[in-house]
Amino acid sequence: MDGAKVRNIGTQGFVPPRIPGRTIGIGILALMALWMILSSVYRVDVDEQALVLRFGRHVRTTERGLHFKLPRPIESVIKVAVQRQLKEEFGFRTEDPGRRTRYAAQGFDAESVMLTGDLNVADVEWITQYRIREPYNYSFKVRNVTETFRDMNEAVMREVVGDRSVTEVLTVGRQEIETEAETRLQELANQYEMGIKIEQVVLQDVNPPEAVKDAFNEVNQAQAEREKMINEALAEFNRIIPRARGEAQQTIQQAEGYATERVNLARGDAARFDALLAAYRRAPEVTRRRIYLETMNAVFPKVKNKVILDEKAKNVLPLLNLQREVKP
Amino acid sequence: MKQLITIVILVAAIVLLAVVSGAFYEIQETEQVLVTQFGKPVGDPVATPGIHVKIPFIQKANYFEKRFLEWDGDPNQIPTKDKRFIHVDTYARWQISDVLLFRERNIDEDGAQSRLDDILDGETRNTVAKHQLIEVVRSTNREFTAEEEIGGGDSGAELQSIDFGRSALAREVLAGASPRLEALGILLLDFRFKRIEYVEEVQREIFSRMISERKRIAEQFRSEGAGESARINGEKDRELKSITSEAYREAQEIKGKADAQAADIYAAAFNKDPEFYRFTKTMETYRSTMDADTTIVLTTDGDFYRYLNRAK
Repeated sequence: MDGAKVRNIGTQGFVPPRIPGRTIGIGILALMALWMILSSVYRVDVDEQALVLRFGRHVRTTERGLHFKLPRPIESVIKVAVQRQLKEEFGFRTEDPGRRTRYAAQGFDAESVMLTGDLNVADVEWITQYRIREPYNYSFKVRNVTETFRDMNEAVMREVVGDRSVTEVLTVGRQEIETEAETRLQELANQYEMGIKIEQVVLQDVNPPEAVKDAFNEVNQAQAEREKMINEALAEFNRIIPRARGEAQQTIQQAEGYATERVNLARGDAARFDALLAAYRRAPEVTRRRIYLETMNAVFPKVKNKVILDEKAKNVLPLLNLQREVKP
Repeated sequence: MKQLITIVILVAAIVLLAVVSGAFYEIQETEQVLVTQFGKPVGDPVATPGIHVKIPFIQKANYFEKRFLEWDGDPNQIPTKDKRFIHVDTYARWQISDVLLFRERNIDEDGAQSRLDDILDGETRNTVAKHQLIEVVRSTNREFTAEEEIGGGDSGAELQSIDFGRSALAREVLAGASPRLEALGILLLDFRFKRIEYVEEVQREIFSRMISERKRIAEQFRSEGAGESARINGEKDRELKSITSEAYREAQEIKGKADAQAADIYAAAFNKDPEFYRFTKTMETYRSTMDADTTIVLTTDGDFYRYLNRAK
């Protein structure tokens, strides 16, 4: 029905124009000219370089901007993004570019599982960033540059990791591995004339294989445990010793105090005695008696039980019940 | 008549176009061409990119790759000299170096790939089987740097040193395969071991060894911790004893010295009149020893009460 309608409109509206053959020829020529002009202008973006090929042969390389070339099929252009940083991922793939946190690590184990120098196994994931340095080499020297590059990466990383112990790979060796892999990759890229500049090799997750992860964690745990035990012992040491040092000082100071006191007392007593002796010597008898009586005077009032016996009644003494005698 | 002329011109133009296009051929930067006449090569292969001339219809341009091409080996299960089964995955770079020979022997690239498979896999197998596993894994006899931290335990494999190394083995394969490939017009640029993996059973064995090794290291850490802790404790006890005893000794020395000094002072003073000293001391003692509970028995004969008898 639609078709019928269209045909209807077509037959109504279509008036076959009477154009002379000459006009058709001019029209075709004009179209060809337009096409030639369009195909002789090309634009190179900021981060690109363009290789111009004349009948397939590379004749010049042009930088960014608007350029002219001979029309197809004489000259053609290949644009290469030389400024753009390119990236290959090994052992994982970024699923959602732009959000760095989303990774898929499943299914790429074969890329990342490798033997270490002590014949253990480690799972090393990494990224290699690179740029195209020589567009000519990059475009024409190697077929499947990306495939080649991935192969090189895997071989080089295994070579580097293969010369290190599993502990080194998992702990202290990261920086060194990155640097060495970078150097060797660059050498290899030069050897293959790929026209690539290695910017950086960045190790991502480096893990022991899943099956032995627990054992590795146990080592970490044990290490932490060791630190903890040592720290606890040191804490106990620090809790006891400085205090003991202080207490020792206290003991010594107390002894010093005692010593000072003792000497001072002795000096005091001696001085007192000296003074008393001097007085005594001036009047020995009187002083002696005075002291005696004074003492008695001081002592007697304090004493409740006093028994005074005559000289002759001496023997009665043992029979007395002293307490009762005195009390009433 | 006019129409006939037009047709003739058109046909002539088509024929001319065919002849001209047949007379030229284009070579891209990535290609090389062998011109053949009725299947027979004519002249040297052409590797210069650009436009070239040949005889139309009679001669044919055969295109070949000029770039470095990839070869990716299938993972092979190979036993090493020390009877460990490993998967060896390799890759190589190659190039068609002699187009004439290449065309003669291989026909096309697929054929070349399968020849490469045969030759390189064979060489790899031979080389790997001739060497210990460690030779394929390590490249140098570089010392591991992180071992001290663990305390220098060795699992047997750690201390193995190599005589050749990975790159030397790769070179061996390269050297072995190169002449045979050259005969096929192929230049082998590089050959590398890509992946080396334990086969399943060996892997399990390795894992259990790794686990036991880790366990050993963990135990060592724990024991080190306990030992260190005990050492610190001992040091603490020793320190404590030494501090307190030192303090005690010093205190006693100070006290003793003071006692001696006091004794000297007393002696010096009291020696001036020992009898008087005895007297005053006795009096002092009375003062301090007698209290309410004391019972004193005195006779009138005594010094104190003699005045009770007679006040004289």
